[in-house]
Amino acid sequence: MLHFTIRRLVLAVPTLLFISLVIFLLLDLAPGDPMASIPLTVPPEVKEKMREALGLGEPVHIRFLNWLYQFFVVEPQVAFDHIFGTNFAEGKQRIISFQSRSPVMSVVAERMPQTLWVVGLSYIFATLIAVPIGIISAYRQYSWFDQLGTFISMVGFSIPTFFSGVLLIVVFSVTLGWFPSIYDTTHRITDWPSFWFQVRQMAMPVFVLTLYNAAQVSRFMRASMLDNLNQDYVRTARAKGLSERVVVLMHVLRNSMIPVVTVIALGVPNIFGGAIITEQVFQVNGLGQMLITAIYASDAPMVQTLTFIFAVLIVLFNLIADIIYGMLDPRIRYD
Amino acid sequence: MKLKTALMGTVLGTVATLSMAPAAFAERGADGHVNIIYYQAPSTMNPYLSGGTKELESASLVLEPLARYDETGAIVPFLAESVPTVENGGVSEDLTTITWKLKEGLKWSDGSDLTSEDVKFTWEYCTSEGGGCSQSEKYNDVVSVETPDALTVIVTFGVPKPFPYGPFVGAQAPIVQKAQFANCTGEAMASCTDQNFAPIGTGPFVVDEFKTNDVVSLSANPNYRDPAKPAFATATLKGGGDAQSAARSVLETGEFDYAWNTQVAPDLLEAMLAKGQGQLVSAYGTLVERIMVNLTDPNPALGDERATAAHPHPFLSDIAVRKALSMAIDRALLTEIGYGDAGRPTCNVLPAPEIYKSTANDACLTQDIEGAKAVLEEAGWVDSDGDGIREKDGVKLSLLFQSSTNAIRQDFQAIIKQWWEEIGVETELRNIDASVFFGGDAGSPDTFQKFYADVEMYANNFDGTDPEAYMANWECVQAPRPETQWQGNNMPRFCAEEYDALVAEMAETGDINERAELAKSMNDMLMQEYVIIPLVDRGRLSAHANSLGGVILNTWDSELWNAADWYRITE
Repeated sequence: MLHFTIRRLVLAVPTLLFISLVIFLLLDLAPGDPMASIPLTVPPEVKEKMREALGLGEPVHIRFLNWLYQFFVVEPQVAFDHIFGTNFAEGKQRIISFQSRSPVMSVVAERMPQTLWVVGLSYIFATLIAVPIGIISAYRQYSWFDQLGTFISMVGFSIPTFFSGVLLIVVFSVTLGWFPSIYDTTHRITDWPSFWFQVRQMAMPVFVLTLYNAAQVSRFMRASMLDNLNQDYVRTARAKGLSERVVVLMHVLRNSMIPVVTVIALGVPNIFGGAIITEQVFQVNGLGQMLITAIYASDAPMVQTLTFIFAVLIVLFNLIADIIYGMLDPRIRYD
Repeated sequence: MKLKTALMGTVLGTVATLSMAPAAFAERGADGHVNIIYYQAPSTMNPYLSGGTKELESASLVLEPLARYDETGAIVPFLAESVPTVENGGVSEDLTTITWKLKEGLKWSDGSDLTSEDVKFTWEYCTSEGGGCSQSEKYNDVVSVETPDALTVIVTFGVPKPFPYGPFVGAQAPIVQKAQFANCTGEAMASCTDQNFAPIGTGPFVVDEFKTNDVVSLSANPNYRDPAKPAFATATLKGGGDAQSAARSVLETGEFDYAWNTQVAPDLLEAMLAKGQGQLVSAYGTLVERIMVNLTDPNPALGDERATAAHPHPFLSDIAVRKALSMAIDRALLTEIGYGDAGRPTCNVLPAPEIYKSTANDACLTQDIEGAKAVLEEAGWVDSDGDGIREKDGVKLSLLFQSSTNAIRQDFQAIIKQWWEEIGVETELRNIDASVFFGGDAGSPDTFQKFYADVEMYANNFDGTDPEAYMANWECVQAPRPETQWQGNNMPRFCAEEYDALVAEMAETGDINERAELAKSMNDMLMQEYVIIPLVDRGRLSAHANSLGGVILNTWDSELWNAADWYRITE
């Protein structure tokens, strides 16, 4: 297994390099101008100077190599310096956002807390809720619980977050006044009241995302459980006199988890992608909101860096999913 | 109220509830916390690195110019003792120098003195090579800035400047601290992230924390020149979301005190106002939604000479057609649909200030479909083959109408198309993403400068109150063409000797009334030639909570220009 992991990691390097090139070229060829949002009152020759100051005058391959150097050499050095107090990266050019002229990675670090709190937590909640719902729904197929679960996941699936989010705001912020409609990213938890405030401001966005994610996972879980419940080995297990609890939770669940693990593992990179719409609705201003504003502003370095980080995470979690298969089902061996 | 207290954080909450003193006797910081929401979040606090409104306005809480425009468009001194004019001797007779005197005892928020050296440095900073300063146009023609003593600044221009209030005036050209930015000139401008995110200023507030494209936390400037101001001890400027959620947070939930640019469908605002939490404020500036008419032929078959003066437009070069297009439009209806209270129909491309406003073209305010048909008829444009489209000498009145992607603009396009088809002009609609349309990329065929269409719609305005540069947009030389890398502001490619003569005359005229006459006659010439079809004079619409006092909406400068005077109304 170790051999397999190392081989996959080594193979990932050219894949990722290729991905980064593709992203870079796509962004470069895409129409759009970082100066487009500047008011028309700023004359074109001034805009041209601003473009030059952003480094857009350099040829494509130079800009790509620069980005690679900055991403793989300078940024890790900066991180290293930050942790160990050294100064390897001193005076070196970091990846700079066109919009704010600040290092992209420090903005990413700034946005990480709210994204992990809101999107990450909702993903954990969704998984914790969806797996039991899927199991019970399948075991008691067509019972009232299954019907209710199907209904809720249908709702979660089909109602877009920009609708459910605004609906919650209208009900809980405007009418009832229970929760704030705008997320305060400067809030620090220092005591119980401030913790309670954090809970309240997270309640609505987390609920919206949990509903959405849980819907998906619970459907997969249910379908996979149903496939396995009718298998011969389940009858054998029952015939051996094993309790229902052991049959369902040890035998059926373990076998049913394989497709579900794929769905869950490949969903994790999405946490870091943020939730573009939900973040916008509640002004959470996490990574998703950052990505969408960067796209609107044609902020190529930021879009490039973020999408590349997603690519890395997707490759990584694909590998993790493959390793978990091996753990769940000993018959799966890659060596 | 509970919610608000919680938002402020416990410490500030206590301050707010303890201080119930009437506003008139307020001392600095007595009114607690103020929450401001800008649905477009500021990405930097340095207005010299971004020309965007959101950055200019958020920075205006911290950085100040020598003088600002007030809500009437008049120039009022801020850091300067008074506004120099020819009458008071501050501007030289030959209009080439202007002498500013700073107020005495001004301090930066870090406690150091503001001197004329800082003012001079600001000019050097913005004009330094390789910096890409977005406001460098404000310092055009400045040849030197001298500082005979710590409070005097003499700006010398290379040419006579009838309107010498470009440098150091308005939200676009505030003073930065030399000590802080000394190492940030030229190419280093962008890499000074700490300085750009938290500039030291003279304004009412100081940046405590800046999160790019998200939120700015500010607190009262301990060294602000008026010891009683600002009334608020701390401020938050939050960004993100959209205009509707910003309006809601002020008018419905009361979480925020001030929302910028709450341009939402009029009926939605009506419903929000019913909550009784806040109110709307609106004011008009110079922003006009207009249709530009292409006087050159955008036919792709012309290759490199497409949309250049080499080929006049097959039918738009006929003034009768242009006039009919304008007459067929119901501007009042468009305004009502698109902007509600935040717009008014206009017949001028130069709608303000009052002194420059022409009344010669007001006939356009009433739609006249029959009249438009008659004009076309008379000029020989008739529908001879019965397909509903007029033609003459084998040329059909068939238009391509382009605009940027924006819900209101697409509504406008659809409605105007209907009117034009009524008078026998076939219209094809097209919309282009704003980042491409306004992007100015000479390689793209879709920019508004290239104008590979027959008519196009967008909005434009000018900074400050002086229309000289704006009216010069329609000089012959301003026409975008291959030789200028398709840059320039004269989208219609309008070219008239009389017009150019008026532009040249205005550049040499100092008297304000004469300038107004010149600007008006330029406006009238453009309007009566129908090369620009103005539609809506778009106002600024913002919302503030009923408990926030002192708000004066200003379209000539930053909306937050008088944040120092804001206070909490306590019942």
